[in-house]
Amino acid sequence: MKIAVCLKRVPDTVAKITIGADRKSIDETGLKFVPNPYDEFAVEEALALKEKAGAGETVVYALGTDAAQETLRTALAMGIDRAVLLQSPGSPDGLEVAKAIAAELQDGGHDLILFGKLAVDDYNQQVGPMVAELLGRACVTSVAHLKIADGAIEAEREIEGGIEVVTCRLPAVLTCDKGLNNPRLPSLKGIMAAKKKPFETKPVALGAGSIEVLGLEYPPERQAGRIVGEGPDAVPELIRLLRTEARVL
Amino acid sequence: MAPRILAVIEARDGAVRKISHELLAAARELAGPSGAVDALVFGAALPSGADALPAFGADRVLSAAHPDFARYNPDGFSATVASLGAGRTAILFAATATGKDLAPRVAARLGLGLASDVTGLALVDGAVIATRPVYAGRAIQKVRLRASPALVSVRPNTFQPRARDDARTGGVEPVSVPAFEARVRVTTVKAPEKAALDVTEASIVVSGGRGLKDPANFKLLEELADALGNTAVGASRAVVDAGWRDHAAQVGQTGKTVSPGLYIAVGISGAIQHLAGMRTAKTIVAINRDKDAPIFKIADYGIVGDLFEVLPRLTEEIRKVRSEK
Repeated sequence: MKIAVCLKRVPDTVAKITIGADRKSIDETGLKFVPNPYDEFAVEEALALKEKAGAGETVVYALGTDAAQETLRTALAMGIDRAVLLQSPGSPDGLEVAKAIAAELQDGGHDLILFGKLAVDDYNQQVGPMVAELLGRACVTSVAHLKIADGAIEAEREIEGGIEVVTCRLPAVLTCDKGLNNPRLPSLKGIMAAKKKPFETKPVALGAGSIEVLGLEYPPERQAGRIVGEGPDAVPELIRLLRTEARVL
Repeated sequence: MAPRILAVIEARDGAVRKISHELLAAARELAGPSGAVDALVFGAALPSGADALPAFGADRVLSAAHPDFARYNPDGFSATVASLGAGRTAILFAATATGKDLAPRVAARLGLGLASDVTGLALVDGAVIATRPVYAGRAIQKVRLRASPALVSVRPNTFQPRARDDARTGGVEPVSVPAFEARVRVTTVKAPEKAALDVTEASIVVSGGRGLKDPANFKLLEELADALGNTAVGASRAVVDAGWRDHAAQVGQTGKTVSPGLYIAVGISGAIQHLAGMRTAKTIVAINRDKDAPIFKIADYGIVGDLFEVLPRLTEEIRKVRSEK
């Protein structure tokens, strides 16, 4: 089984975000970056599927600056066979990113192309299904359970108040949700081995796209709250405030 | 030229979903009084509630009927939406599980960018400007969509549905479904063991964290939710990771982002991850034993105390209030 995994480098989910001097992007100085958490489910799934098949190749791709090398190396340390960095500063237009990835994967002969469900930086949640559409492949997004047998896929995805069961055939593009698996941690041996694995860097040029960032701001500060009181005796006052002041009851 | 907006309506089990009324409110706001709003519905037949869409802001209802459209059909739906894009100012989707799957497919078919999960929309000099939370709500991005139609998915609970106005009427017109290759099929939709309201769509969310001490104690939150009505029970990442609650209920950076009218955080300390998922709630209440818990810094109202004493009292008082109505 030949599997491609697309990975993104994102700011650590617990890091404080500082808006940059251009007022359009974040200030990356001193900011800790991690592999996008949902992409780790994709990496784990690729490794597990290859192990189950007993043969195949897993390749990890990232579109980003040279700093994304570290993100790719993490995937190699988890067990992915080789890495390709599509060197680009990126784009706010997910379709331009998708076009570059689709062009790279076009003739790869992958049985599966895996993404995380969404990247926790831009929250676009769109590159995976766009790549599928550009390649004319079957696509299931936000997959939380997956069965593959004899080239047939049965996937489950969460929808509001239910679970959708979706079927398709390989080759396919899937985006991975939490619940699919428990990503392994890189072992020390894996970290050492990662240093010797094939690592390719290819510059890519993205189109201008149709999304222009005008600005980036902090969300409105919430007014400092107040402690209504202590213990159950504060409940009637809370209810009064919710009814007469906040008017939500 | 007056704006022309296409709103992609969601239906399930043959009925239009309520979120579609929010979408029409957003579409109407963008279209203005002189613009036109078309509501596109999918189904094996016309879903119930489709004929009432004009009363919620649509000028026309476009019905895409196809034997394969009883359930969501990603390839067929995206082909149909894409075929209706010409001459439009914008196409609006709801940023639901379905809308988030459908919108990018349409964008790729049309070769246009997509602004996902937006919380604000405006038309400036003919171009759609959208605001959208990024970095899990730690920053708000403003973007201009430079091409037409502007493709946008709208975050649930952001736009207030318009009051039903039965004086507004509009016809239902069939639209032809282009030929499509169904690469994927939705075979079944499983209802959860207990029908639960989704945290992203409920008008009130009560969430529990590690302070509840035991998964069985979520019963206290469920009772409060029952008393409140139209309320979903959420959970912090810690208790989801511990296996106490399903991931579907997780509020926060690697879970759901919610914007309910009222959010009640119980036994949740308020890690950055969690705050990211609920800080856009209109009113936040926190109940926690630790008066220094970070949740109190963003809560509008806090009660410091033992949740096992406060919760039953709160449920009791809410029941009283609700029975007065």
